[in-house]
Amino acid sequence: MLKKLARSIREFKLSSILSPLFVTLEVAMECIIPLYMVTMLDSIQEDNSLKNIIVNGVILLLLAGFALLFGILSGKFAATASTGFARNLRKDMYYRVQGFSFSNIDKFSTSSLVTRMTTDVANVQMAYMMIIRIAFRAPIMLVFSLIMAFVLNPKIAWIFLILIPILAIGLFLMFRLVDPIFNRVFKKYDAMNASIQENIKGIRVVKSYVRDEYENEKFAKTADNVRWEFLKGEKIIAFANPLMQFCMWSAILLICFLGTMFGVKNGVDNSSQISSLIVYATQILSSLMMLNMVMIMISISKTSAKRIVEVLEEESDLHNPENPIYEVKDGSVRFEDVDFKYDIKADRRALKGVNLDIKSGETVGILGGTGSSKTSLVNLIPRLYDATNGHVYVGGVNVKDYDLDALRNQVAVVLQKNVLFSGTIKENLRWGNPHASDEELERVCRLAQAHEFIMGFPEKYDTYIEQGGSNVSGGQKQRLCIARALLKKPKILILDDSTSAVDTKTDALIRTAFKEDIPDTTKFIIAQRVASVQDADKIIVMDGGSVADIGTHDELLARNAIYQEVYYSQNKANSSEEGVDGE
Amino acid sequence: MNKKNIQRQGKPGVLSILGRLLKFMFKYYKVQLVVVAICITLNSMAAISSSIFLKVIISNVIEPGIAGGWESVKTKLYSIIALMAGVYVVGLICSFVYNRLMAYVTQGFLYHMRRDMFEKMQSLPIRYFDTHTHGDVMSCYTNDTDAIRQMISQSLPQAYASFVAMITLIVTMLSMSIWLTLVVFVGVVAMLMVTKTIGGKSAKHFIKQQMSIGRSEGFVEEMMNGQKVIKVFCHEEQSKRDFDAINDQLFKDAEKANSYGNILMPMLGNIGYALYVVVAIIGGVFVLYNVPNLSLTGLSKAGVEMGVIISFLNMSRQFSFNIGQVSSQVNSVVMATAGAGRIFELLDQVPETDEGYVTLVNAKEDGDGNLCESEERTGIWAWKHPHKAEGTVTYQRLTGDIELNEVDFGYVENKIVLHDVTIHANKGQKIAFVGATGAGKTTITNLINRFYDIADGKIRYDGININKIKKGDLRRSLGIVLQDTNLFTGTIMDNIRYGRLDATDEECIAAAKLANAHDFITRLPSGYSTMLTGDGANLSQGQKQLLSIARAAVADAPVMILDEATSSIDTRTEALVQQGMDRLMEGRTVFIIAHRLSTVQNSDVIIVLDHGRIIEKGSHEELIALKGQYYQLYTGAFELE
Repeated sequence: MLKKLARSIREFKLSSILSPLFVTLEVAMECIIPLYMVTMLDSIQEDNSLKNIIVNGVILLLLAGFALLFGILSGKFAATASTGFARNLRKDMYYRVQGFSFSNIDKFSTSSLVTRMTTDVANVQMAYMMIIRIAFRAPIMLVFSLIMAFVLNPKIAWIFLILIPILAIGLFLMFRLVDPIFNRVFKKYDAMNASIQENIKGIRVVKSYVRDEYENEKFAKTADNVRWEFLKGEKIIAFANPLMQFCMWSAILLICFLGTMFGVKNGVDNSSQISSLIVYATQILSSLMMLNMVMIMISISKTSAKRIVEVLEEESDLHNPENPIYEVKDGSVRFEDVDFKYDIKADRRALKGVNLDIKSGETVGILGGTGSSKTSLVNLIPRLYDATNGHVYVGGVNVKDYDLDALRNQVAVVLQKNVLFSGTIKENLRWGNPHASDEELERVCRLAQAHEFIMGFPEKYDTYIEQGGSNVSGGQKQRLCIARALLKKPKILILDDSTSAVDTKTDALIRTAFKEDIPDTTKFIIAQRVASVQDADKIIVMDGGSVADIGTHDELLARNAIYQEVYYSQNKANSSEEGVDGE
Repeated sequence: MNKKNIQRQGKPGVLSILGRLLKFMFKYYKVQLVVVAICITLNSMAAISSSIFLKVIISNVIEPGIAGGWESVKTKLYSIIALMAGVYVVGLICSFVYNRLMAYVTQGFLYHMRRDMFEKMQSLPIRYFDTHTHGDVMSCYTNDTDAIRQMISQSLPQAYASFVAMITLIVTMLSMSIWLTLVVFVGVVAMLMVTKTIGGKSAKHFIKQQMSIGRSEGFVEEMMNGQKVIKVFCHEEQSKRDFDAINDQLFKDAEKANSYGNILMPMLGNIGYALYVVVAIIGGVFVLYNVPNLSLTGLSKAGVEMGVIISFLNMSRQFSFNIGQVSSQVNSVVMATAGAGRIFELLDQVPETDEGYVTLVNAKEDGDGNLCESEERTGIWAWKHPHKAEGTVTYQRLTGDIELNEVDFGYVENKIVLHDVTIHANKGQKIAFVGATGAGKTTITNLINRFYDIADGKIRYDGININKIKKGDLRRSLGIVLQDTNLFTGTIMDNIRYGRLDATDEECIAAAKLANAHDFITRLPSGYSTMLTGDGANLSQGQKQLLSIARAAVADAPVMILDEATSSIDTRTEALVQQGMDRLMEGRTVFIIAHRLSTVQNSDVIIVLDHGRIIEKGSHEELIALKGQYYQLYTGAFELE
């Protein structure tokens, strides 16, 4: 896992090495200063002269100056290294996702991908910065200070050999005790926040049923639970500070006592030594605390790192063939004994033994209930998924032999769950063809019956579409998506329930326009309304992943039970409509 | 709206927000906080005491000891060490007590604040949720609360401890040597200046970084959401390029922000070391020239003692350490006050007002055929009017006759979206609203249950102005099935029972049967005990609708407001939904936002809306004969949405 992550450090390797290097130098300075201070103080006591003071003082100030310089440099390099690493991680993940196939995309939810690229990366960035700075700083500080303490007075320094294990073991035990508690608590905490979110989303329901009291009680219970659970963990953490202070103060007490005793007994004034030993005590014990902090940070970011690696390791299951074909001859489509599963290991086959033969330029309607695999069927044509068994041919060539981009540029899909992006209408349409002229844009919009409403906007084709297309109606959005797809001038056009929010009359106009203006394009139309597919050359009735029947409207109405049921259920209510039309 | 503007203008400062937070804490934890303050004070002083003890030991034990030998000072040292140990034990006890208490206070405080926020939120008008995104409201509970927790549990005690420590240090230093204290002060001023410049720059870049993060999150979210569209349009390369630009900008901003953030601590720390050195140099010079020492206890001719210098070295370290501590908490305090500001903004929102006094009660007829209140559900509902003047109560039977009279309404003042709407629904009638998106269909239903208050005109329920009816009772008398189903985490049974909390399992099942939901529920492995999570993520759209119908059915309200779903569900489920809705409508006054012609056709009155005005009104036959908008719409020349 670490290896995979480390691959994203790349150009920031140098900074990543320089930062701990300068940290080491800074620590060295910081450890020498108290030691040298003893020399200076002793000279004040024993051999005081202005020259001594100046020489020693300048040396000490230089040491502090270098420490300052090294500290700044290591901070700067650590910032560059960690933010750069984060940038590369985001970039690598994003690029990885761009290479995902549909089945890869299905595995991750949008929100989980967003979290991975934001919060998770931020956690790893933080941990990385701590590792290259503090994780180096603390142990080096500890070792240096300990060495210096022994250099200064081994008869006193031995106390650290007792106090360090006490603090280390204490902190470690605490960490072990608290970790599982917080793991559990954070799950509860997340659940509490999820329930708040649910409440906000459903606030109209809450108010309609006058359930505010009920919701308040429910929430009070959850919040109370979270409170006591958190407290369990924090009670243990509350030992950390006193423990640290216990060790610190024990050290000071022992240093004062032993130092004074040895000094007086030997008749030497060693007060400067005592003072410096106290400084070392602070440095030793606080580095242990810092190490503990790093450990906590690493444990927090471990989950994040795992989630990032999941994305980085996700292999796309669709690949370009070695010598791809770039030209799609025509819009004919053939399915040969096609089986399809979304997951190889799954038992359920989404498509079972499908055989189809569609000629170029035909209009094909597809009907069937939810879960009858209408979408799965058409998704195999532009090779959004690969058939598990059997073959799919477009223009007489197996789809697996085409260059993916070439194939998808000729097979335009208007997805069921379609998306417009924030930007002007023009920018959105040009997804279909970046070089399209304004005239071309207008032409496809007329075909998709979108021109009229676009001209109704004050900014016309320059109207800004908000994120997710929230400022246009459902029907308008669908028509814009159709226009965008038409701009590709595809040989095959697939509409996956793309006119469900468009009124019947406009729907009919779109179909007429298709027939007249793009007669050579093969058209697949998935719909819930029989009216949308009634005049197709062929209608495929899907049922539970199999083709139940293929035929024209009249043929199916005569012989297919599913088709009849759908037709009559929709036309019972509409029977008088036809009457009105006939007037 | 006006009130809100005023609040915006007078944005409270950091101090007033902090003060309010403390007041909030004091409300619940007065005693605990006083104890905490005392403990921190004692603990902090105990920490500083080492410098004083050091000086005492040097001048009272070491110096005379070297002259007089170990035996002469032995007992003195023992007693000083014992005293030190005593101080430290007190300090440790205090440390333990305040850490423990603070954990308790923090969690308790968060609990109370969460509850206050949640309860306030339940009481807010729908308008609030229209003007604030879910994400914004949620971040009060997540980011802002986390920031406050960080501040209360760590930054505040830390800052207070440092404050006490610095005061103690200043007093101690002054009592030892005013000259050396001045030296330390010069260093402190330098550290404060560094904090201000570097800290200011760091804050500026952190804000920039925050904006960059927001931008990149927005971009990533939009692109991940449209990833399949990117694939079918082979747009991957363009999307990579767009992302790189945003990602690189984020890197630049983050690098700057973190650089400044990272160098602040080493700078402060090493200025601290420099100060340490300067104190030694000046101390040495004082000793050299035997400068008379000035302290709070007066001028001493003896000059600066060695013990004082060593003790000062120690204290200068402690002083700079504490300044570092405070500086490192500044960011967290700023973030927490910003968060607290947003939370207080939520807590300061004006709740939905309710001046109604007419209530809804279960009723039965007594022997004389008069209505009187009943404890149990009788199926008969009555409006209870208290008459203050006479001190009497009258009951009026609920029939479900609703009348809107010349109603005007606007979501924003001065921008009327509904004009002059007059509708009369007699008991048991079915009223259908038809019109394009934004014509005002949903708005009208939101006025009947008083999600919004009308600007002009009257709405009467059984002849009573709805403003006089208690909001809760008004809404209880209206059953609602919304387009967005909104189910809650819990079992299917819990979700149905949401309609009426005292409904028995049998009643819930009966409601599910009526709504046509029973079949699919029993086919689920756990049946009615199936857990739903994430707004019923494990159910199909159609199934969720059936459940929301069942929920309304169990509430069994005399008047129904229905919003037909537009989303495409397959024909068979749609038929089930339709049938469920039809059964729910039986015998009730119904307002329905219709998307299906069949529904419209069967209505008693059809209201055609356009841009907030009623343009046609009448039965199906009447409107067809009129050959107006409805006729066009009916023949499919109009989007029904």
